[in-house]
Amino acid sequence: MTPQSQLTVVAPVEATRARGLRELLATLNTTPGNANPDNAVLPFGNVPTIHFARFSILTDATLGDLQAYDLPTPRHPVYLAFVVDCDGPAHRTLADLATRAGSGLRAIFSHCVGFGTETDLLAWMRDHDRPVAASYVNRVGRTVEQVREESALQRALSDRVNRAALGSPAEAQQRRRDLVNFAQGEIEAGRLRLTPPGPTPIGWWLAKLFNAVFGVLVGLLALPLLVLLSPLLIPALRRREKHDPEICPRPDRDALMQLQGLEDYDVTNQYTALGTLKPGRFRLWLAKVVLALIQFASRHVFTRGYLARVQTIHFARWVLLDGETRVLFTSNYDGGHQAYMDDFINKVAWGLNVIFSNGLGWPKTDWLLFRGARREDRFKFFQRRHQLETQVWYKAYPGLTLANLARNSLIRRGLQKARMTDEKALAWLQLL
Amino acid sequence: MSGREGFDARVDLGDIQGLVRFGFKHQTEAAFLLLQVKDVRAARAWLSSADVTSAITCKQTPRTVLQIALTSAGLRALDVPVDIIDGFSEEFIEGMAGDDNRARRLGDVGANDRKKWDWGNAERTPHVALFLYALPGELEEFRRAIEQQIEPGFALLSPPFVTSAVDENEPFGFRDGISQPTLDWGRKRAAHDETRLHYDNLSCLGEYLLGYPNEYGRYTPRPLLSLSRDPENRLPRAEECPDYADLGRNGSYLVFRQLHQDIALFWKTVDRYAGGKPADRDMLAAAMVGRTRTGEPLVPLLTPPDSVAPSAAAEDLNTFNFDSDPRGTRCPLGAHIRRANPRNADFPAGTNSIVSKLIRTLGFDSQARQDDLVASTRFHRLLRRGREYGPAVSIEQALAPGATSTPTGLHFICLNASILRQFEFVQGAWLMSTKFNGMRDESDPLLGNRVRDFAGNPTDRFLMAQPDDPTCVLAGLPQFITVRGGAYFFLPGIRALRYLATC
Repeated sequence: MTPQSQLTVVAPVEATRARGLRELLATLNTTPGNANPDNAVLPFGNVPTIHFARFSILTDATLGDLQAYDLPTPRHPVYLAFVVDCDGPAHRTLADLATRAGSGLRAIFSHCVGFGTETDLLAWMRDHDRPVAASYVNRVGRTVEQVREESALQRALSDRVNRAALGSPAEAQQRRRDLVNFAQGEIEAGRLRLTPPGPTPIGWWLAKLFNAVFGVLVGLLALPLLVLLSPLLIPALRRREKHDPEICPRPDRDALMQLQGLEDYDVTNQYTALGTLKPGRFRLWLAKVVLALIQFASRHVFTRGYLARVQTIHFARWVLLDGETRVLFTSNYDGGHQAYMDDFINKVAWGLNVIFSNGLGWPKTDWLLFRGARREDRFKFFQRRHQLETQVWYKAYPGLTLANLARNSLIRRGLQKARMTDEKALAWLQLL
Repeated sequence: MSGREGFDARVDLGDIQGLVRFGFKHQTEAAFLLLQVKDVRAARAWLSSADVTSAITCKQTPRTVLQIALTSAGLRALDVPVDIIDGFSEEFIEGMAGDDNRARRLGDVGANDRKKWDWGNAERTPHVALFLYALPGELEEFRRAIEQQIEPGFALLSPPFVTSAVDENEPFGFRDGISQPTLDWGRKRAAHDETRLHYDNLSCLGEYLLGYPNEYGRYTPRPLLSLSRDPENRLPRAEECPDYADLGRNGSYLVFRQLHQDIALFWKTVDRYAGGKPADRDMLAAAMVGRTRTGEPLVPLLTPPDSVAPSAAAEDLNTFNFDSDPRGTRCPLGAHIRRANPRNADFPAGTNSIVSKLIRTLGFDSQARQDDLVASTRFHRLLRRGREYGPAVSIEQALAPGATSTPTGLHFICLNASILRQFEFVQGAWLMSTKFNGMRDESDPLLGNRVRDFAGNPTDRFLMAQPDDPTCVLAGLPQFITVRGGAYFFLPGIRALRYLATC
């Protein structure tokens, strides 16, 4: 199994060159915000390990919200974020990118502070790759190659399957065998491929095991401490929940139109958002603990196609910026923005509240889990207001949702089963 | 005044336009007039005194009914202050034909492209819509009188849309209008947020009327005015913040789309798939709709009606959900009524124990995950008030050699408090989506525009899961229904209408 990894290159943009950068990034696209896989600057399609990639210019119009705490508006640079989800170790994809698209990447990053003609591109990107505080991968181990091969398989079999009513239950077996033989022929003729999964890197596996043991131990040690401290911590939380200001004005119309202009071309969409943590150590530590828990859960528990009830997120991540005062969140999700947000509210509002209520202005929560995102109108204003444009977005398998990918994997697995009962064979045929 | 039983005392029926409560089925004749303002003063004068029928019931059904709705372009044309207009929802302000993103979401691309619409686009955006209903034989005179009244202030954007006499069937011949939410006029549903484990038909007033709590127990954002702008107390007060006058209260957003239906194409196509066999033809058409032509759903009713189907009351044909048919072997997952109203709850089915709920909340129940691909229905309901237009065409006529498309279709009208969360969601995420409920390559069998997706995949299929056989596929469905025009309106409360006409 080949695990997935993340790249988050973040670098400040030269103040005078933001506009030029925008113009350059636009040349990567076919339709607004959607990368042409074969574009001349950065042909994403040539890098077979990339699932998703994006460029987003991080300008934050909400920094002034800190005035609600009588704090001055901080001055942060405008950043360029280059965000990639890929198969295998990130450094390998990074090296691949530098080799295949070096000049394009140089052209883009030359808009960033401190990037000159002499700069070593690969070293610079590595230096600017930020650690993720937490990340989520819908199905750990599913590679781009696998997605594409299984999709081709599904198309071939769905076109081929005999859909007439079965003469007898046993006929399901015969139909499946016919398809197995057909697929075999197609593979031998080179029209289909089903590459076996690669070996699981032993280092990755050991690190995961160590992390699981370590995490459980830390949890067991920390739990009594938390229980002991709860008479202090719970009132501290409740006091803040009561007094923290809610900052959820309606988002600016032009900004909203800009964001929408980039959405709903494909069946999957992107989301990039930036926000400031609430001031003070309490919220910072709470956020860090929760992010660590999310990271732990998505590494050990939510690796098989769902994040609690949500089954529409391909990849997501949280990255802390500016001395742990701001959080960048990016995700790739199936369906429209409205459906994504309704899923959040109706299925995992508790999960959103736990992490995002540490963000400045979040709708008021109760006991960290309740209300918050369920205050639908405020939540929807909040998240749109914090959303940023994603100037360039690439998806390696347009037209496919996670539900499609999961079903295609079932089709492949059923094809490769040595034997099946009549019922199982029928259920497999019905997937096509 | 009778008819107040079951109504909460805070609901002022006299301020609500009747269309929110009634379909005006007795008023079998109807005409819809799309207007543009030509003289602001005259237009305002007429709007401030027009005789609008409210939601109060009288002993005798009114002979004629007038309802008035305005677009955001109309509010601007009437010189309503911009900051008031800015208090309405983004979708209303932008309009149905407002931008490309909306067109992509609503499926208004290809043959549905708004540039091809007869009305609703650019210069042909209506300002005001008048909905006229009348008892049999009385429409013509009523319409002429109204046209005379509005003449100084308004110009007709197009000839009036005269609708067909009300019958129960939509143009393809299926009984229509059965599924409607039951509005909680009594405000019995708790006005706070709670998870609902079962689908039911009762729906908060705030899902259709602004100024009342919605299914989240929240008040949908709307124009609230400082009291200084309403010194004479002409507007109701906002329920949740009485220091504001509520311009939205008792008003609703009205979505109007003209849908042309190609009846000959529909029945000829279905007939071709059925190999010309009438029984198979009926079966296939019913599978596409999800109901037989007489309105019986393809899944069993929870409470079977006493009477036989043709005379069964609409409510009796509405007591079902799809829990007993998770794979869609009775009613296909992609059937029109299943896309438009999936009838699911907030939570996938399971026992009520805390452990079981926790397992489902965390996603650890694989069966529950399978059943959890569709958003909870209660946040996406529509109150439909459409009427058909054009000559009726029977199936026999449609199948006759040489039969071609007639100017027949549906003036689709629905009411909702959030166009984005209700109409646009149902249209975009459910009906037009090629990926509804985990599918691929499908779109609504009736409404789909069959435009290939971003990756070039077809969207012209319809899958019918079988209990003990491979899945049946209809491939190459043509586009049966084409959008000919549309706009988003605000159907104000009557006091708000007067206020808008004079502010």
